[in-house]
Amino acid sequence: MAQKADANCAEIFEMLSRYLDLDLPPQACRMLEEHLAGCSPCVAFVASLRGTVELCRHFKASEMPGPLRDDARRQLLDAYTKALAAKTARARSGGSGF
Amino acid sequence: MDRQHEIELARRLIAGDMQPFEEFVEHFRASIFQYSYLTCRQREDAEDIAQETLLKAFESFDQLREPERIRPWIFRIAKNACLMRRRKSIFAPERELSLDELMPERNGDGAHMQLQIADWSNLPDAPLLRKELGEVLADAVAELPDKYRSVILLRDMQELSTAETAEILEIGEDTVKTRLHRARLALRRKLDEKLRSEGTANAAEDGKN
Repeated sequence: MAQKADANCAEIFEMLSRYLDLDLPPQACRMLEEHLAGCSPCVAFVASLRGTVELCRHFKASEMPGPLRDDARRQLLDAYTKALAAKTARARSGGSGF
Repeated sequence: MDRQHEIELARRLIAGDMQPFEEFVEHFRASIFQYSYLTCRQREDAEDIAQETLLKAFESFDQLREPERIRPWIFRIAKNACLMRRRKSIFAPERELSLDELMPERNGDGAHMQLQIADWSNLPDAPLLRKELGEVLADAVAELPDKYRSVILLRDMQELSTAETAEILEIGEDTVKTRLHRARLALRRKLDEKLRSEGTANAAEDGKN
């Protein structure tokens, strides 16, 4: 990427994720945007990084879990009802609840 | 499912309302499966980890006082379950990713630089290419060294906050940010290569003359 007088591409390269996550201090953000205004390779690069984050957020695995077996569901439900009972027992004996 | 709805389901379950049980289980089972599948790439292991995680979560459901914490709470258990079954990947040796190696290739003489990059302005709508990009992404995530993969899975794929990710992985927030950036850059490179091979190359040129 091209060198610029105010901030070079390598310098902003390090900050790009924080820029996309709106996590840059105002001054750094301003500097970065000034750089982008005059550097089309960096603009294209930011678009590619933003696209990568979008693809991660919307990623759906081609593999999905098979249907939950009845015994596995029962196991989970048992654990949940036991935990609820433990909470109720604690509440009755004057202990703290959830 | 948005985070707010997820919290509402947890709130009702904590209060003893069993009605959302199925929805809660199906939702988190799919999320944990995806997380562990991208970690271990073994279908059976990923299903086992999802069940084990949900079981541990329900066993200690009476410990969960704040429904807002349901997602990080579940993923802390999932992370530990993955660690227990961890298989050292020959594709993902533990190493540092440096910013230098992740800088894009540049051509030019310094005064007139050109960046070889795909056109990302309109990601393809074609379902086949979308699916192929998803596969490239899944492979690229699997190839990341563990410490980068664990951050991108939690931050970008499960959309946990920096603070929640830091807590789950027991590292500082600045470390989360540094690793996330490098992981994104590494994935970006793989995706860009794929897009360029599909003919969407676009030479972005510096406007300076």
